[in-house]
Amino acid sequence: MDWKSIPQEYLVTNVKLCLGGKLSAKTGYLHVKDGKVKAIGDGELSVENVPTFDGNGAVLSPGFIDVHVHFREPGREEKESIHTGSRAAAAGGFTSVVTMPNTLPPVDSAPMITYQFDRARESGLCRVFPTGAISKNQDGESLTEFGDMVAAGAVGFTDDGTPVMNGSLMKYALQYSKMLGIPVTCHAEDTSLAGSGVMHAGSWSAKLGLPGIPRVAEDSMIYRDCELARATGGHLHVAHISTKGAVDTVRRAKADGINVTAEATPHHFTLNHSHCQTFSPMFKMNPPLREEPDVEAVIAGLCDGTIDCIATDHAPHTVMEKELMFDQAPFGIIGLETALAVGITSLVKAGKLDLGKLVYLMTEAAAKIYNLPGGKLEEGTDADFVLFDPEQQWTVLVDEVQSRSRNSPWLGEKLTGRVKATFMGGRNTWLDKDFS
Amino acid sequence: MALSSKDLIGLEHMSQEEITLILDTADAFRAVFDRPVRKVPIMRGKTVVNLFFEPSTRTRISFELAEQRLSADIINFSASSSSLKKGETLRDTAENIAAMKIDMIVMRHSSPGAAQYLADVLDASVINAGDGPHEHPTQGLLDIMTMRHKLGSLDGKKVTIIGDISHSRVARSNIYGLTKLGAEVTLCGPPTMVPGAMEQLGAKVEYDLKKAVRDADVLNILRIQLERQSQMVFPSNREYALMFGIDEDVLRTTKPECFVMHPGPMNREVEISSAVADGPRQVILDQVTNGVAIRMAVIYLLSGGDPGSLAGRG
Repeated sequence: MDWKSIPQEYLVTNVKLCLGGKLSAKTGYLHVKDGKVKAIGDGELSVENVPTFDGNGAVLSPGFIDVHVHFREPGREEKESIHTGSRAAAAGGFTSVVTMPNTLPPVDSAPMITYQFDRARESGLCRVFPTGAISKNQDGESLTEFGDMVAAGAVGFTDDGTPVMNGSLMKYALQYSKMLGIPVTCHAEDTSLAGSGVMHAGSWSAKLGLPGIPRVAEDSMIYRDCELARATGGHLHVAHISTKGAVDTVRRAKADGINVTAEATPHHFTLNHSHCQTFSPMFKMNPPLREEPDVEAVIAGLCDGTIDCIATDHAPHTVMEKELMFDQAPFGIIGLETALAVGITSLVKAGKLDLGKLVYLMTEAAAKIYNLPGGKLEEGTDADFVLFDPEQQWTVLVDEVQSRSRNSPWLGEKLTGRVKATFMGGRNTWLDKDFS
Repeated sequence: MALSSKDLIGLEHMSQEEITLILDTADAFRAVFDRPVRKVPIMRGKTVVNLFFEPSTRTRISFELAEQRLSADIINFSASSSSLKKGETLRDTAENIAAMKIDMIVMRHSSPGAAQYLADVLDASVINAGDGPHEHPTQGLLDIMTMRHKLGSLDGKKVTIIGDISHSRVARSNIYGLTKLGAEVTLCGPPTMVPGAMEQLGAKVEYDLKKAVRDADVLNILRIQLERQSQMVFPSNREYALMFGIDEDVLRTTKPECFVMHPGPMNREVEISSAVADGPRQVILDQVTNGVAIRMAVIYLLSGGDPGSLAGRG
C-alpha cells in the first residue's frame, strides 16, 4: 500500500510499540478507524478487508508533544507561521504543540487564541494549543483575561520571553489560574541580573569578552516562583530549566509537595557554554548554554523525574538575524525536527536513558503538564502516532529543514534516530522521503 | 619564518615565535622612523580599507600612518555598528567591499568575534583593531614591544594590569601575549571589574593594589570608562582613585625601576595622577610611537613581506 493514500480504516503492522514508557520487544500492530485507535497491541491482528501498511520494523509511539514552541504568527511570519511551524512539527514526529504567546501583538485576549486555533486548523498538520500572556501586552503590569482565554481554549499562561519581574503579579497569576485548573509557566530570569548578558557567565564569557548571564538570574527566580506556588497552591511550570541550582530547587519543591513541573530542552541536556567560542549565534539561546555540571544535572533531573518532560523551545529566527554578531543576534534555535534524534544520540545512545523513557518524556509526560489530549494510544484515543527508526543515522541538512527558519546548531551534524512517518487523527502529516 | 594565518585576529591563537617575529620586524621599522624619509615602497599598489564601526582616533590614525609609511592606498570607512542592526549585515558590508578588490581590511567593531567572522568570509587579510571587549592584538603587541625595549627578555618578568579588566580588549591581548613570552601577569582592580574567572586566561588576580604592585616590573594602567559608574560597577571616580589610582605614593612602594604604561586616552587624576602621567617613570609616548611600527610590521608580514629583506632597508 502507498502511505500517501491513507484510507479511513487501516492496519499498521510490523512495528515495535513504544507505549507507557516501555519499548516492546515483540512486533505489534495498530488498527485505525475514522481517525481513532480501534485496536493496538503486540502480536498479530487479522481484520478482513482492511488495507495493511508495513511499518518495516519501525518503532511506533504516540505522536510527540512539544509544550514549548514559538510559531511567530501573527506578526513575525518571516521567521515562522503556524503552518510552517506545524510542518516542522510533523517532520519531527510531533502531533501536538503548545505555542508561546510572544507574537506581535502578543496573545493576550480570547480572540487571539481563537485566531491561532483557526490558523492551525487551516494548516491541519499539527494540533496547536496556544498559551496566553500573563500580562496585557506582556508589559508585566496587569493580568490578562485568563478566564475568557481558557474558555477559548488557552491551555496555560506564560511570560516566556518577557520575565515577570513583579513578584506580586506572579502571585496573582498563580492564585487566579488555580481556580481555572491550568498552569502558569515561568521563564525564570531576573532581568536585572541578566543585564545585557548574551551567554552564560563563566570562564568562556571571560575569555570571549561577551557579557554573561549568571546562573543566579535563573536560580533566584525559580526559587521565588516555587515559593509563590507553595503559598498559592497554584501549578507552576518551569520552562527550559538550565542550571544545577534550579534543578535542585525544583527537586526540593516537589519533595515538599509543591505543585511544580519542569521541562528541559535538547540543547540544555546536550551542549555547554564552550560551544560559544566559535562566536556562532547558533549557540546563543536564553537561558544560555551552561557548564557541564549543569548539563549533567539536567540529565539527572530527567532521569529521576524532577524534570517532567522534554520541550524544544523551538525559536525560529531569520538567516539575516542569525548572521548578526553574537552579541547582536536574537536568542533561540529551532528544535522540532532534531528533538528525537538529539535525544536518541545524546541520551539513549550514551546510555543515560532508555528509549521508552525518552519517548515517555516527549509524549505522555508532556501531555500531563497542560492537561492535553494525546500522549497515549489505546482504544478510542485519537490516532496521533509516529513511526521512527531509532538506529538510522542521518545528517541534518539545511535544504531539508521544514521550518521557515534555519537556525539550528545541529546543521551538518550526524545524528541517530529518524522520523519516518507522522499521523494526526489517523491522517498522514509527514512521510520520510525513502519511506513507502 | 612567516605568519601562519592571513589574518591577525588576536594573540590567543598566536605562537611565541610569531609574536617574536612581529616584534623583531617592528624594531626594524622603528629604525626607519629616525631617517629623514620615513616612507618605504613596500605596499605600493596594494589597497587597505580601514573599517571602523566604533569611534577611534588614536588607533585609526596609527593604522593610517603605518599604511601611508608603507605606501599603501587607503580607504577609510566609518559607520556605527548599530546602523547595521537595522538592515545590512556585516557580511553584506564586507562582501561589497571585497567585490571592489582590496588586499587588507583593518576593522574595529563593538562585537566580540566580528574580526574572526570577517576573516572567515573574506579572502582578504583582516587585522583586528578591536572587537568589543575581546581582543586588540596590535595594542597588545605595541605594549609588549615597549616592555621589551625596557626589560629585554620578558621571561619571568612581572606585569601588573590595573583597571576594568572584564571589559578590556587591551587586557586580554596583553595577557595572552605576555604569558606566551614567559611573563607573569597580575590583574588588579575592584572585583566588579576583575571577576575571578579572569584567572582562566592565565593571569593571577589580586585585589589589594599594594600587593599587586610590590614586585611588579611594569604597571599597565587601563582607562576607566567613566560611564560604567552609572552601571553600579564602582561607586565613584573619587573612590576608584583612592583605592586603585596610581600616583607617586603608590610608585614609592614599587621597585625603583618599575615603569608605567597607559594605552590612552587617560583620565588624569582617576586611574593615573598627572604627576605620574608626566613623570620620569612613564613610557606612554613610546607606546604611541611603537604602535605605528607594530602596525607596519603586521601589515608587512600579512601581505607576504620577507622579514629578512628589511635589514638591508633599515
